[in-house]
Amino acid sequence: MSRVSLYIPLGVFAVIMGLGYIGFDLGARDELPSALINKPFPEFSARLLEDPDRAITRADLLGRPAMVNVWATWCPTCLSEHEELMRIARDTDIVIVGVNYKDRPAKALQWLAQYGNPYDWVLDDRDGLLGIEMGVYGAPETFLLNAAGEVVYKRVGDVNPRIWRDELEPRFRQLGVTQSATPESQNSP
Amino acid sequence: MIRYPLRKLSSWLLLALLPATVALGASQIDTFQFADDVEKRRYRALIEEFRCPKCLNTNLAGSDAPIAQDLRKTVHRLVAVEGMSDQEVRDYLQARYGDFVLYDPPFNTRTWYIWLVPIGLGLLALFVLYRLQHSARVEHSGLDDEQQKRLQSIVAAKTDTGN
Repeated sequence: MSRVSLYIPLGVFAVIMGLGYIGFDLGARDELPSALINKPFPEFSARLLEDPDRAITRADLLGRPAMVNVWATWCPTCLSEHEELMRIARDTDIVIVGVNYKDRPAKALQWLAQYGNPYDWVLDDRDGLLGIEMGVYGAPETFLLNAAGEVVYKRVGDVNPRIWRDELEPRFRQLGVTQSATPESQNSP
Repeated sequence: MIRYPLRKLSSWLLLALLPATVALGASQIDTFQFADDVEKRRYRALIEEFRCPKCLNTNLAGSDAPIAQDLRKTVHRLVAVEGMSDQEVRDYLQARYGDFVLYDPPFNTRTWYIWLVPIGLGLLALFVLYRLQHSARVEHSGLDDEQQKRLQSIVAAKTDTGN
């Protein structure tokens, strides 16, 4: 009995090391859980980047699932995820709303002209106030909304083919969005 | 001739100003307007209290990250313009950025183990310590019951005669 109990400290040490290994391996650091998950997307009113006379509110996001993507021209990762966003816009029916976060509208418009525009709407959030309502702390961030306007999922970091396959697409399918529908889904819904 | 003492004087001046620059560097140089000192003090205390969402371990007051600047601006607006109480500001930020921004995590289903594991480990340590001491006392005498009894009687006899 006493022989066995000598190994207790080693066992405790192993457990602590194991927990530490799992804890660090989770990589939870860069994915701060959103406080908005399963909560309604905040009320807002934002002007359209391409049509400043028109304002979009939360009500415009209701009725079908949507993807809200926070981006800016100063954000290199936004450029690297752009191709995947273009593909999603081309291959699916999903409404993609861009939030142009703390950016200069002229630069943003030029960026969209140069690399293509995957968004159904681009909201002008040059002062980052909508970002704060959404709990954004960097770019890119991508929110999944259901038809009732509740946040289902939030991705911090880029949307790449792997994230689309593993995280986003299954959730959209659950929400009843059909993959690869009409090829032209770029017009305003 | 005259340059030398001047230089000396200026270096002394610089030295005297050094603490001031350190103080400036430590606190952010935002130019916010407040109605009174109470409001200003509340703002200062609040930005000291919240953790910057982008940083590992820096509060809003100490961070240069853009999001920290924005949140300081927001805290100022909530305090000075919207007239929120401290608790309302806390709730506002927590609703948007979650428990992460609070340095003092609440006790809930996601955080209970952070609070309980150290207490549990402490209790475990006490238990192990108790067991170790207890078994040491019994084992190291190396005597069986009979011998133990004899030892007791010898000690008793000794102390009787000794007195």
